[in-house]
Amino acid sequence: MATTKLPSSADALLGAAADAAKPPAGMETVTMPYGVPGYTLHDVQRQVPTTEPPVLPVNADLEYIGKSPKRWDAHAKVSGSGRYTADIQLPGMLYAKFVSSNVPHAKVVSIDTSAAEKVPGVKGVFVIENLLGGARLLNPSLEVSKYPIVRYAGQPIAAVAATQPHIAEEAALLVKVQYDAKPFVVDMEMARQSDAPPVFPGPANQGGSAGGGGGARNVPQTGNIHGPAVHKRGDVEQGFKDADFIVESKYTTQVQVHNALETHGVVADWKPDLLTVWASTQGTASVREELASFFKLPKSQVRVITEFMGGGFGAKFGPGNPGVVAAALSKQTGAPVRLMLDRKEEQLSVGNRPSSDQTLKIGAKKDGTLTAIQLISFGTAGCGTGAGCAGPATNLYQSASLHTEENDVFINAGPAAAFRAPGHPQGAFALEQTIDELAEKLNMQPLEFRDKIDTNPVRRVERQIVRESALWKSRNPVPNADRGPIKRGVGLSQSVWYRHIVMDSAAEVRVHRDGSVEVLSAVQDIGTGIKTVMAQILAEQFGVPPQQVSVKIGDTNYPVGPNSGGSVTTASLTPAVRDAAWQAAQKFLVSVAPALGTTPDDLVLTKGEVHSKSGHMQPISFRRAAAKMDTSEVSAQARRIPDYDPKHYDTYGGVDVAEIEVDTEMGIIHVKQFFAVHDCGRPMNPSQVINQINGGLIQGTSFALYENRLIDPTYGLMVNANLDLYKIAGARDIPKLHVQLVESYIAQSSTDASGIGEAAGIISAAAAIGNAFYNATGVRIRSTPMTPSVVLETLSKAPQRSNA
Amino acid sequence: MSGPKFPPQPNDPSSSTPQSSDPAETSQAKERPAAKGITRRGFLKGAGVAAAGTALLEGAQVFTREAAAATRREHDGVKEFGPGAVPVALQVNGKEYTLQIEPRTTLADALRVHMGLTGTKVVCDRGPCSGCTVLMDDMPVNSCMTLAMDAIGHRVTTIEGLQSEGELHPVQAAFVKHDAMQCGFCTPGMVMTCSALLKKNSHPTEDDVRQATAGNLCRCGTYPRIFAATLEAAGVSGKESIRNA
Ligand code: FES
Ligand code: FES
Repeated sequence: MATTKLPSSADALLGAAADAAKPPAGMETVTMPYGVPGYTLHDVQRQVPTTEPPVLPVNADLEYIGKSPKRWDAHAKVSGSGRYTADIQLPGMLYAKFVSSNVPHAKVVSIDTSAAEKVPGVKGVFVIENLLGGARLLNPSLEVSKYPIVRYAGQPIAAVAATQPHIAEEAALLVKVQYDAKPFVVDMEMARQSDAPPVFPGPANQGGSAGGGGGARNVPQTGNIHGPAVHKRGDVEQGFKDADFIVESKYTTQVQVHNALETHGVVADWKPDLLTVWASTQGTASVREELASFFKLPKSQVRVITEFMGGGFGAKFGPGNPGVVAAALSKQTGAPVRLMLDRKEEQLSVGNRPSSDQTLKIGAKKDGTLTAIQLISFGTAGCGTGAGCAGPATNLYQSASLHTEENDVFINAGPAAAFRAPGHPQGAFALEQTIDELAEKLNMQPLEFRDKIDTNPVRRVERQIVRESALWKSRNPVPNADRGPIKRGVGLSQSVWYRHIVMDSAAEVRVHRDGSVEVLSAVQDIGTGIKTVMAQILAEQFGVPPQQVSVKIGDTNYPVGPNSGGSVTTASLTPAVRDAAWQAAQKFLVSVAPALGTTPDDLVLTKGEVHSKSGHMQPISFRRAAAKMDTSEVSAQARRIPDYDPKHYDTYGGVDVAEIEVDTEMGIIHVKQFFAVHDCGRPMNPSQVINQINGGLIQGTSFALYENRLIDPTYGLMVNANLDLYKIAGARDIPKLHVQLVESYIAQSSTDASGIGEAAGIISAAAAIGNAFYNATGVRIRSTPMTPSVVLETLSKAPQRSNA
Repeated sequence: MSGPKFPPQPNDPSSSTPQSSDPAETSQAKERPAAKGITRRGFLKGAGVAAAGTALLEGAQVFTREAAAATRREHDGVKEFGPGAVPVALQVNGKEYTLQIEPRTTLADALRVHMGLTGTKVVCDRGPCSGCTVLMDDMPVNSCMTLAMDAIGHRVTTIEGLQSEGELHPVQAAFVKHDAMQCGFCTPGMVMTCSALLKKNSHPTEDDVRQATAGNLCRCGTYPRIFAATLEAAGVSGKESIRNA
């Protein structure tokens, strides 16, 4: 996970400071807004470093922050001028193409590249000896092989670089790979059997990426089953004894593939003193770090550029095999090398959301108190790990006891990667339906029951908003109330995500004598709009419209930025940007004070004007004052400081309501609309936040109804490794989306921003649809994707209810 | 509508003569130990590009003498070009480009690789996502599914050519206003599709927009904004559109 633990000394310092009556040296006490305006807003005191900028008021009192100016790079995006990695063309650039395995499990005996090398136009062939991704054997001597063992069809084996894309493609076909095929297994149920072919001959582990994912280490491994990773709180046995009602059911979810529209890939240009890599990545920092360590280069000699980026959703951290191979080919050939995956390679080799098979058991007392939650889960992350899905069961509700066991099941398929709220859509699908089921047993309404067991104050407000909504009021609490074949249902689900802060978040702000301002950070904009938010922060500080702020990001030549995963970017980076802007503004005042005939502390810069506190002069505009700077430029760099009160831990989330119609004859679920109420601290740009929530709801709906990676068990090949047969929700499938943002101040930083990427509807959409399905039909649907065959089977297995 | 039909229909004999003219190609196919099957480019190459005495040929004839000279064979009224590079003249965004490309080159690659017009995106390279949409005359086509040669004699408009005199096209301006984008990778294709819709139907309903963009994939999920933006660009009241802050 991308969490950065606070250094314990800073932790202790701030912790102590928060308690002490009098702030220690270098700290001051400030009053900050806390809570939800209109509901719970009040003041709290925090002790913060004296170098921090003044406390920001709530959004209503600000000019640019918390407003929705147009996306900073919207013009570049609508006019086609934004240059993505896929668009980079350099003089003499070669095009590289992977040679990938077409068998799911094998030892590579030999690789003959001679025919490929002879093709006119081919400039280099590279054979992979050190493969990235997936789990690794703890004891590598169990497998002696010159080349990496093939553990999935589509695993890269080698790559060819040529002057034209099609020459590389054709030459790649000429690389002869001799395989020693091994038995394979691509189905999780089969892989769990004791006689299943082992994917690894011994225990294997996989680390997480900057975006989360990865699985537990130091857990048992039996056959293909890696786990369980056990977490306990209290005594569940006692908890179930104490329960008046117990609900236990099994839920399954499928493998979902990220399918960002821009595939993984890089353009690498290896020069003796500098490796420059344009990468389609969520983390310029992670690409730089890993390339430097892979090639044993000083980090200072690796530069990573990501100016525009076509989506990642968690799968694009580090250089991966494309990055490493392109860099190696560039070194070998002396020319820049472009290696962008094609769609099939994207589907097979660079990540997916693991499946799940969950048995969830929850006990409650008559009054609704939860006594025990027990989750036993299995899931496959292919030849990797990271299929755990206990997050929601662990973190959403208060229970006297908890017991979770998460198991990864290895199969011969591409390794999973973090995917937007790893584990949470799966976990919420089971948990939120079980909570509804329990509510019915307790004779409580879904909102009422959640009010009882969910102590999060912001979700309490969100439930209140849902309760008062027209959509929720229109819900018939009696399931299966519609008589005809088309049945309407309304259901809800909650979501939870966590405040992760990345301390490697820095920015520089420069003020120029011509009155222009710029902000620089290596952070990348993966579509969430951080460029716009950075511009807004400078606009608020200097009174310059956001479009006039120069935003320079996505380049490791600038101060380090966070990897964008786990909803960390806005929460981590914006305080550094604001601190840098504030400090640059103070330096600016120092720079202009002599020419204005006063001292810096007599001056304030506010709303685009420089004022004299003593009334020494009339206010003058920022731009006119800038002309009086004593150097041509002043600048300040700031890094993220720890949250103001790290002892106070916040989660974010939302409550999503789905309205669906189930065609009980055709088995088709029509999702009509969502009403989604979400929080993410201070929304820095509400329009962009809502855009992300729309996207999360749509991805979640697509997960619930359509998407499914299908692997043929006979040959071990993915049969829908494209976008025609891998069905993703499209324009005609999109429900009406009504999003309501809840501003939630948490008094944690100079911007008090949080993130939204994960808790954006992707977690709760499938569960809300599931609960709506029950409301419509009186039958629980426990499996995704809810295709017509799943729906019809679900309905047919249900005890017959009289429809008359 | 007069003029050629694009893309060539599957039952068009001109597009279904998968005769390999290159013996190396055939033997190569046999020894593909690591073979992932036949690539689409490989198939196009194997198929060659044959123009029968159809509208396609008429289109082809207008453009260049050189191309005719590069014709390898002509028999039974069938002309075959390639597989080597031939000169091809294309009219893109009001400008004439003369390229030296193999006949199998897709319009998408001609635009992106050979003309440097990278605004057009290639996402799936086989039809189902429409990320590569450009206009041929006023018709939206998937440029990854269209051979560059099939664009000869047509006005090709890409995202780079949609602005006039530096002013954004109304659809582009509405996309900006509604923030109808996140990562922006689908945006050029979406804008082209929606602008083509408005040319055909100046008063679309939301259903019309959904229908028009049904083939355009947006993984970030910006559809509600796209619908609202397109309706606004058409000057249709947003009443029917999705309420969306
Ligand atoms: S790239 Fe042409 S349809 Fe997908
Ligand atoms: S905006 Fe990212 S795919 Fe549409």
